[in-house]
Amino acid sequence: MAERVGIYVCHCGSNIAGMIDVEEVARWAGQSIKDVVVSRDYKFMCSSLGQKLIEDDIREQGLTRVVVAACSPHLHEKTFRRACQNAGLNQYLCQMTNIREHVSWVSTDRQKATEKAKALVAAAAERVKHQRPLEQGFVKVNPATLVIGGGIAGLQATLELADAGYPVYLVEREPSIGGHMAQFDKTFPTLDCSACILTPKMSEVGQHENVKMFTYAEVEEVSGSVGCFKVKIRQKARHVIFEKCTGCGICVEKCPRKVVDNVFEAGMGYRKAIYTPFPQAVPRTPVIDTANCTWFTRGKCQVCSKVCPTQAIDYDQKDEIIQIEVGNIIVATGWKLFDCTRIPQYGYGRLANVFTNMEFERMCNAAGPTGGKIVLRDGKTEPRRIAIIHCVGSRDVRHNQYCSAVCCMAALKFGHLVLEKTKAEVYSFYIDMRTPMKDYEEFYQRLLEEGMHFVRGKVAEVTDAARLPDEQGSLIVQVEDTLLGTQRRIPVDMVVLMAALEPQADAKELGLKLGISCSMAGWYTERHPKLDPVATMTDGVFVAGACQGPKDIPASVAQGAAAAARVAGMITAGKVTIEPIIASIDEQKCSGCRICNNLCPYNAIEYDEEKGVSRVVAAMCKGCGTCVSACPANAITGAHFSNEQIAAELEGILWDAIADGRPASAAPDGSKAPQSTPVGAA
Amino acid sequence: MKYAYYPGCSLECNAAAYDMSVREVADLLGIRLQEIDDWNCCGATEYFSQDELTATAVIARNLALVDPQLKQVVAPCAACYLNLKKTDRLMAEHADFNQKVNEALAAGGLHYRPGTVQVRHMLDVICDDIGEAAVRDKVVKPLNGLRVAPYYGCQVVRPYPGDENPEYPMKMDHLLSWLGAEVVDYPVKAHCCGGHMTQISEPQAFELIRRLLQSAQDYDADLIVCMCPMCQLNLDGYQGRVNGYFNTEFKLPIVYFTQIMGIAFGLDPKKLGFGKELVAALPVVRAKVNGLAAQAAQ
Repeated sequence: MAERVGIYVCHCGSNIAGMIDVEEVARWAGQSIKDVVVSRDYKFMCSSLGQKLIEDDIREQGLTRVVVAACSPHLHEKTFRRACQNAGLNQYLCQMTNIREHVSWVSTDRQKATEKAKALVAAAAERVKHQRPLEQGFVKVNPATLVIGGGIAGLQATLELADAGYPVYLVEREPSIGGHMAQFDKTFPTLDCSACILTPKMSEVGQHENVKMFTYAEVEEVSGSVGCFKVKIRQKARHVIFEKCTGCGICVEKCPRKVVDNVFEAGMGYRKAIYTPFPQAVPRTPVIDTANCTWFTRGKCQVCSKVCPTQAIDYDQKDEIIQIEVGNIIVATGWKLFDCTRIPQYGYGRLANVFTNMEFERMCNAAGPTGGKIVLRDGKTEPRRIAIIHCVGSRDVRHNQYCSAVCCMAALKFGHLVLEKTKAEVYSFYIDMRTPMKDYEEFYQRLLEEGMHFVRGKVAEVTDAARLPDEQGSLIVQVEDTLLGTQRRIPVDMVVLMAALEPQADAKELGLKLGISCSMAGWYTERHPKLDPVATMTDGVFVAGACQGPKDIPASVAQGAAAAARVAGMITAGKVTIEPIIASIDEQKCSGCRICNNLCPYNAIEYDEEKGVSRVVAAMCKGCGTCVSACPANAITGAHFSNEQIAAELEGILWDAIADGRPASAAPDGSKAPQSTPVGAA
Repeated sequence: MKYAYYPGCSLECNAAAYDMSVREVADLLGIRLQEIDDWNCCGATEYFSQDELTATAVIARNLALVDPQLKQVVAPCAACYLNLKKTDRLMAEHADFNQKVNEALAAGGLHYRPGTVQVRHMLDVICDDIGEAAVRDKVVKPLNGLRVAPYYGCQVVRPYPGDENPEYPMKMDHLLSWLGAEVVDYPVKAHCCGGHMTQISEPQAFELIRRLLQSAQDYDADLIVCMCPMCQLNLDGYQGRVNGYFNTEFKLPIVYFTQIMGIAFGLDPKKLGFGKELVAALPVVRAKVNGLAAQAAQ
């Protein structure tokens, strides 16, 4: 029996109708495409009236297939599927074709655009006739959640979920949770003490009954899918037995080996070979840095083991793989600092008194290497003039095009701290001052009043090549002052480079494990930049904080909470819908060659040893089609993407090239004469 | 290894020492240079700003004349190097422009397909093709004790820096260290010497030259090595005028990097063109390089 197809062409206001003759497309489709019984165009198909149009036609005209030519299926496929379902038509018998993003928005020739739209409508109409009704499945959601990264975003997400009563596994790569925020002295614009607002959250997480924390650990492998992920965590060997250690710290105190701390102290201070990164670390359990420990490098010492009152030191401890199961994953892996030696003209690494922003953060911190004193690299001289250079590695086509978002405010904060703690003059060299959030502009105003100097211009170089007598012995900042319209040379004693925030070096690697992608710059890609900022294209995997793009503390906290809310919603619903668009293997045809087993990016194909055939695990299959195309025996079919459906789609798109006139005889006089519906009847 | 060689006009007169030393050093390192037959001037920096098409055609003629057996051309002069490279790029990137240039070449019975010849600077050839081991192998008189300031100037690292950082190139630094010299890490090594500014505005030009000399002197350099005839001329030829203008007492010899290589390789300074510079270099080299003074006295 012939199918009865309805075609609906959307104007999308003028978005589509401005470039495509939508009335002509609808008229043509109604006359020329076989089995089309209704063909209409309408101002906004996605409106409730537009949806009602489809529903009424299904009921009254007995439509068995529906084609909507409108925007991207990402936006409204659900809408139209639901309309069909409401009228009693299986939702997988509705096909969308995108004539907005794929045609009207990217075309300049109205006639050609209209022709292309016709071809796409014909393709969808031919395809939809071969589509089969499918039923959605459901998977139960494991109420446990994995949070990757123990910075402020991850901590917030962890607490929100744990406080709501759900179990959370928190994985942190460093020996302590806390992230970058633990390194800061003050936070802008309120200037409250960073540690004072962070450490209560850290200890709350550390003691929470619903939180299982893995510090000094990394995610090794992720399998499964939304609702039922299986995760392998590598617990790196601490060489300190977690259960026995009381955190008394005597091992750290007695350890004879001092090491430059390039992580927490940003190279400004020292730690021991056995250490906790900072006094308020959570957990208190130290780790042994085997690359520097005298016992591990030279086979001598063992002082820590001798002094430990609880025999918690274990030199033979090995990395351990821990397996957990969770329903959702929140990625909050943060950022790393731009390497300032990549801009050699600013002299970092060559000129002693050029500092990075993180070095300066540590210097300002009362618990830091200088006890909060702002001094030159010699450790004692107070600078008289300090230059703060913005956009080092940000807003620079040679390095990172993006704005790092936090540096302007951090520079203002530094300016305030310098003016408060020293008698030095402070210069800010900025391109644009970016202070857009709540109370930020007021803070900028405050620094203007406090007497910080602002020079608008990109610094050309920082040099010690003096030209004038008063430049001798100074660092000279060469800059074009774009407000004065002149070159300036400003001698200073100290330079602080506001280095860019960059994605973690292994962000891409972790992204691959989780099945989420990165932008060109390397930040994780959210599902929708405006309307779905914490979800990703992989169901059950959410992102929060700076791993999704440069962010300050309030924004990171907001995203952490938002991601937790999304996860809590999934847990409360208890189950998730599984798309029926998956592959299936015909056991009769399968030779058991196992080619598909390793190709599957979701590990969704298992091998039945007994029968000698492969089998698709429905809950894990994403319907990507890799196995379908790879199977040498044609034993695998992708539901909703069968060969006949794709062939029909191709025939449709080539309607004007097919010699025998199929599928659309394209008779110019419309002699084929299907039941014609008034064009634009609505 | 064989390369086409494009000496350019400067190397025939004011930078004859560069030409002599390039040929000597190349010979020793097994770099075979085949001079392009009937080459013509590259137009320096001026011609491009006058008439781009004619300038390009004039330069492209040299590329078209390269022996088809050879895939690479070496130009020691920075301006020649840049012009040859820029011409090849312009022709590769703009099809219509390429066509016009080739129409002009056709009048002389020539044709050039962009990308056919790779344009190289002598420094790149020595550092990348010959390499550290082969260079070190040839050093018989290590320059121990001599503080050398490498001066890169503009045109070799800008706008086509290759694998160098244009703000802070390192290749010549590495090369000098292979020769045993003490390399002076001074902050202005890629700053401009002023080019032809001496002909337009002496105060501006002298100030640019002074900064370079001052910085090298502040960092206790014994001499400056350069890789561009224009830079050498400005720093060496105008040093006396700069001293007069600023009441300074600079006395820094300026030589080409290939000349100082020749010394390290034990070649005859006369054959390397020493003595053509205005601020005499040889006495400083002899006085500073350990053991050389004794040798010269013998």
